[in-house]
Amino acid sequence: MKVLLNGDEAVAAAAFDAGVTLGTGYPGTPSTEIVETFEDLGGKSQWAPNEKVALEVGLGVAYAGGRAIVTMKHVGMNVAADPLLTGAYTDVNRALIVVSADDPGMASSQNEQDNRRYAVAAAVPMFEPSDSQEAYDFTLLAIEVSERWHVPVMLRMTTRVCHSKTAVERRENPLPVEPFDYTKNPRVRAMVPAYARIQHKKLRGKLREIAKWCEESGPITRIEGSKKLGIITSGISYQHVRDAAPEASVLKLGLTYPLPIDSIRKFAASVDRCLVVEEGDPYLVEQIRNGGIQVEDKLENFRYGELNIDRVRRLIALDDSPEAEQVPGKPPALCPGCPHRTAFEVLRDLKCIVANDIGCYGLGVLPPFEAVDLSVCMGSAIPVGLGMRHTLPTEQAKRVVSVLGDSTFMHTGINGVIEMLFNPPATGHVVLILDNGITAMTGMQENPGTGRKLDHSGTNKIVFENVLRAMGVKNVHVIDAVANKAEFTKLVEDSMEKPELTVIIARRECLLAVQSIRGWEKANAESCN
Amino acid sequence: MQNRVTNIVIAGLGGQGVLSATDIVADVAFAAGLEVKKSEVHGMSQRGGSVSSDVRYGTQVFSPMVSRGEADFLVVTATDQVPVNQAALSPNGVLIEESQIDASKLTTKKAINVALLGKLSRHLEFTPEAWLEAIRRNFPEKLYEGNEKAFYLGRGEGA
Repeated sequence: MKVLLNGDEAVAAAAFDAGVTLGTGYPGTPSTEIVETFEDLGGKSQWAPNEKVALEVGLGVAYAGGRAIVTMKHVGMNVAADPLLTGAYTDVNRALIVVSADDPGMASSQNEQDNRRYAVAAAVPMFEPSDSQEAYDFTLLAIEVSERWHVPVMLRMTTRVCHSKTAVERRENPLPVEPFDYTKNPRVRAMVPAYARIQHKKLRGKLREIAKWCEESGPITRIEGSKKLGIITSGISYQHVRDAAPEASVLKLGLTYPLPIDSIRKFAASVDRCLVVEEGDPYLVEQIRNGGIQVEDKLENFRYGELNIDRVRRLIALDDSPEAEQVPGKPPALCPGCPHRTAFEVLRDLKCIVANDIGCYGLGVLPPFEAVDLSVCMGSAIPVGLGMRHTLPTEQAKRVVSVLGDSTFMHTGINGVIEMLFNPPATGHVVLILDNGITAMTGMQENPGTGRKLDHSGTNKIVFENVLRAMGVKNVHVIDAVANKAEFTKLVEDSMEKPELTVIIARRECLLAVQSIRGWEKANAESCN
Repeated sequence: MQNRVTNIVIAGLGGQGVLSATDIVADVAFAAGLEVKKSEVHGMSQRGGSVSSDVRYGTQVFSPMVSRGEADFLVVTATDQVPVNQAALSPNGVLIEESQIDASKLTTKKAINVALLGKLSRHLEFTPEAWLEAIRRNFPEKLYEGNEKAFYLGRGEGA
């Protein structure tokens, strides 16, 4: 029976049907629903404090003989890159699937990096689904490839694949799990130089075999159309191509690293004009040209943003005339009653230099607050603020305040506190943690500071003020800034004047989450009795 | 056989039920045995910003996105969002928007999305029963009665 699922749900369904042992990740649009849906289906799921930790947990599961799926948005892959690039050298005993959900066009992200580059950097095979059925099928295929060659595999999704609903046919027990006994084998998993050198060569050999497998029986779709125009494509771009150029011959690649270069060569030779249609970086173009095959690249302006049917038509017609401007819609804003509002009013009125971080509070950059000077990536607020304190003239340095949220503090924000204690600026520093008790931006996920796991059941709660005091931060304050605005204002003002290290935790729950939080707390209190 | 694809764009502001309205259109077409693709961009949508979502259905559908100027129907849950989304509509397309509904007759303002679906339903090939079944599948049961009323208010067959 077919059901309508979005791409994230389809990946989760495949993971569940394949008996995946653990789903983990860090929430991030457009990837968040994978692990959540896996949980809803009955799979064992958990949120990690950050993507690096999630991937490392996943490696452990796969070494120990379980199947693991680890999910993140594209920028999360930057955080997880360290275990990815060396984990690729190691032999996994069972599948390790790393899902990267990219966001071309930045619907909800700070950049539009193209993570297909990571497959090349890490030398891991990469599948790219173009709809939900393929998200389902390629997840299963990725598990098969991962287990056949004992290599971590990347599943690269994009916003439109993650968040589009299309029909999916699920399979009954598609990949039965054989019994497994763990045995020690440090030569393939303990990456000291002597072993890693051998594993690196082995990995290149695996990739050659996988490319050969792809040529023979991998996910390559060839649509025989006109010889005048041949299009090589992958992912969501394939769907736009079929609408924009129904007459064209098409070679659609489901495995985009390593590439089935012989199939590409044959296809390119069979058409008069061979054009590569891909969103984002000229990734396929470069790989194909490296294989010595002449193909036509898209015009530069189609590198930015998402593609769609209309843009693909223009791309084919080599039309780089200005595209119609989108009428600006209503921008998102901090909710009425959001506790972050008070914080940004105060920071604005005190003319603070605000090093901001990634979360709902990113909206403090927009009117009516315009309180933010900069924001870069998860966990950057404190270190960037420290760098500014080290450099600006004293009168300006004193006004630098680093602002981050509770989930971000746990993610990588805490590293900044370590740096702050290790290398304190002469003027001291002021950090403001906006603790609204939930990971709000991505749709109300738990984090290590909430005291609840992904399924909202109770777990160890990390109490920020205790951690900060134990680390040695001199001044740690907890305040409800909304209820005590005048006191909060004075606290920020006084803290900026002191050449000391201060962390202010502005604690008040997210208005959208508060009712749910009360419900979960009540349920957990009852289950303890 | 000619593949006629119907393109529908539903737009409005975060929190107005734009995405659930699109889910219902997708559901009703899917239940009728058609190929359906539905696309949306969310994330920031919970913060009250502009939201839009596309549904395409027919015998064969490729892209999940409706191209600019090619929507057969544009459904807008907030009148002030019409100019933002007008460009989506094809020259022969039909605009269905908030001010065409007598909101005073709605049990709750939140049901505006379903009332607009009622109006849309007059143009599409699915029966009212099929729509109501899809509505039942996509909302909590306690909201059904209000939504049924809203659907018929929009459809112009006041229950």
